[in-house]
Amino acid sequence: MSEAAHQHAEPTGFIRKYIFSVDHKVIGLQYIGLGIVAVVLGMILSWLMRLHLGWSTLAIPGLEKLSPAGAPGNVMTPEYYLSLMTMHGTLMVFFVLTNVPFAGFGNYFLPIQVGAPDMAFPRMNMMSFWVTFTAFLVLIAAFFVPGGPPLSGWTAYAPLSAVGQDAGPGEGWGQTLWALSIAIFCVAQLLGALNFIATTLDLRTKGMSLARMPFSTWAWFITSVIGLLAFAVLLPACVLLILDRTAGTSFFIPGGLVISDRLQAHTGGSPLLWQHLFWFFGHPEVYIAILPAIGIVSHILPAFLRRPLLGPRVLISCLAAIGFLSYMVWGHHMFVSGMNPFSAILFSVPTLVITIPATIATLLWIGSVYGARIRFTCASLFCLGFISVFISGGISGFFLAQPSIDTYLHATYFVVAHFHFVMGVAAIFGMFAGIYFWLPKMVGRMMNETLGKIHFWFTFVGVYCIFMPMHYLGLAGNVRRYAAFTDDYLAPLIPVHQFITIAALITGAAQFIFLFNLVWSRFRGPKATENPWQATSLEWSTTSPPPFDNFGGRQLVVHQEPYLYGVEGSAGDYVMQTSPETVEAR
Amino acid sequence: MGKAFGVVLIIITLVSTAVFIFHDFHGISLWLPVDASAHGHRVDHQLMETMYGSGLLFVLSQIMLGLFVWQASDRPEGWKYKIFPGGAKPMVISAILLVGIEILTLSFVGSKVWADIYLTPAAPEALPIDVQAGQFAFYFRYAGADGKFGALHAEKIDEGSGNFFGLDPRNDVAARDDVVVASLVIPVNRPILLTLHSKDVIHSFYVRELRIHQDIVPGLMIPLHFTATQTGRFEIVCTQLCGLGHYQMKAYLEVKTQEEFDKWLKDQEAAQ
Repeated sequence: MSEAAHQHAEPTGFIRKYIFSVDHKVIGLQYIGLGIVAVVLGMILSWLMRLHLGWSTLAIPGLEKLSPAGAPGNVMTPEYYLSLMTMHGTLMVFFVLTNVPFAGFGNYFLPIQVGAPDMAFPRMNMMSFWVTFTAFLVLIAAFFVPGGPPLSGWTAYAPLSAVGQDAGPGEGWGQTLWALSIAIFCVAQLLGALNFIATTLDLRTKGMSLARMPFSTWAWFITSVIGLLAFAVLLPACVLLILDRTAGTSFFIPGGLVISDRLQAHTGGSPLLWQHLFWFFGHPEVYIAILPAIGIVSHILPAFLRRPLLGPRVLISCLAAIGFLSYMVWGHHMFVSGMNPFSAILFSVPTLVITIPATIATLLWIGSVYGARIRFTCASLFCLGFISVFISGGISGFFLAQPSIDTYLHATYFVVAHFHFVMGVAAIFGMFAGIYFWLPKMVGRMMNETLGKIHFWFTFVGVYCIFMPMHYLGLAGNVRRYAAFTDDYLAPLIPVHQFITIAALITGAAQFIFLFNLVWSRFRGPKATENPWQATSLEWSTTSPPPFDNFGGRQLVVHQEPYLYGVEGSAGDYVMQTSPETVEAR
Repeated sequence: MGKAFGVVLIIITLVSTAVFIFHDFHGISLWLPVDASAHGHRVDHQLMETMYGSGLLFVLSQIMLGLFVWQASDRPEGWKYKIFPGGAKPMVISAILLVGIEILTLSFVGSKVWADIYLTPAAPEALPIDVQAGQFAFYFRYAGADGKFGALHAEKIDEGSGNFFGLDPRNDVAARDDVVVASLVIPVNRPILLTLHSKDVIHSFYVRELRIHQDIVPGLMIPLHFTATQTGRFEIVCTQLCGLGHYQMKAYLEVKTQEEFDKWLKDQEAAQ
């Protein structure tokens, strides 16, 4: 089986080795690299947005050069603000939160953690990355087309996104490229998800039963199943949107619209159809972002708590339950959308029910911290920080899951705080934990712990300074997606926005410490041993970095559960999954 | 490092919670504005119930995490880890029971609040007002003396001549006395029934003080009813991204006494 899957020999040419590589490890690093480019871009966009929200008439030097129409005299126009917001959301959700924790780390480590020499379909895997890269280029092209980048948000609600140029700036080529980019992205994700599922089910090495798979592998597997169903819905939705925009169809556009004083020729479509299709993807997408982070954190924590997590099977059941429920709740984004208000109640109940597996998982982490002796490294700090921000982001879900309260909080900064904490920051903390933990394996060098800890403290305190005040703004009724706060009602809240902006600038700047550390460690960091953290799973049973076929021609045999820490083993207080020794249960 | 984490986390938790509790700072109110509607106190009550329940969960879980991490930093080399009393089972059971009961209660009570606003028909004596949203303004229409609204004709919409709704007074008797204004003026303590529609893209009707929020979707006529209980002037803002002028799309809601309202409407009818 593994022979058949890995007939290709190690390539020697630069292009086949590093560019069009079929090696899952190179592809994983390519995804992570693309994610880092996207996250830096997305963060710079958020800086520009935050500066504008704090000081709406501020001239930002150089901005006019970037976009003469979007920032005449270096002052951002309202439509340019909305464009930056749209691109920020799209970059972060698709090219960072989906690409790094799922496609990036998943590609690199899923085959290794199950003991496979590569993914089930290596060529399809290569294609999946390059299709993603194409989607990225198409999206970035939207910055430079006539009419400017799209401005209808990452949710692209029709008919604003569907009727074309008449609806105002950003609704021309920019919006078409956006829809095209997302459609291409969906194709890549479908290829990737199939590959992950086939690899998990078919390429596990001897002794690697499903029950012996690490949490991270479980999370990537469940996420692939979610992704397969979710992107399969977003893809046709984007195709229909492109048709509405370019072929004169009316899937999402009703009749009798008068836009820019012109009666539109469309007739018979439904704006709510787009919302249903979009959120049928969009809500599971939240879990596509967060489940891999949950898996990564649950995988890393035991290595630094030096004990297995409480209730490992319960935790996996929670992940599966969250994945299953994620398909029943999309309507909670649409409580005030004009859909039948009765359905709001039906969507509210499963949304609230999701808090049960999420609470159980959180309690299992906290309960596992109890009574442990923690090794405080950058990876473990980001795991602990993850638990904290996951709690903070999850709690606000109680409010938004209830239609009666959503009546007041919908489309306010309370929502912005909620999703940034629970899917943005939590998933990013999972990524940081992953990088500090796995970089030694991926490049064979250790990262600098002191710089990493400085990075952690700035980031941990920083995200609370940025996103916690957004809850207060939301309670005060501060509407999101406004380019400036000119109302009598919102003007007094501007000082809070200024505070958030300053916090965002400082926290963002601290990320350059991380980038520096990453680049410096890659070339100058101390050499990593095979198993620097004394961890147990299969990725630590091979060299750092692993050879082309992952295990140097060996086929590993798995004898143990994945997290045997805090035991008396022959190597110390842990027993590797590959170790045949007999361990007494504690 | 563990102690620092514990202290920082507990400080973050306490400061975050304190701002929720005190929420008024030198003229900046970080809390809901006054409630000026008949149903609003129930929304507020539901929100407060959720605030207490989830606030408690937030504080307890963060402090627990902080404390456990603090303790974990002091332990000697070769420490044998301790298992949480009872292991995973009590956690699973308590999460299912506590969170389960909390969400059942919230669902039942909250659904009633929601149903009263969105699932019950407006009172028969409710004053009907037609609302049209478009990039980037709201317009409001009263039926006039005949109590009937004129029909809408999209092709007749012409902002230049002030025909925002697309009325056809030449051929449509009912449209002739329709009163079209740019502010929503209503009498206090009388049920109001809005019919919301949009001429172009999706907009939203949000009045913080009324605790009411509804998207205005092109192609749909969406009813929305409420009763204002306080006179005053409140902002109506659009909350659904509708284009470059979205942030400036607003109108005013003026709640007057019945006498003031009657006089205002009469003046408008005379003026139009």
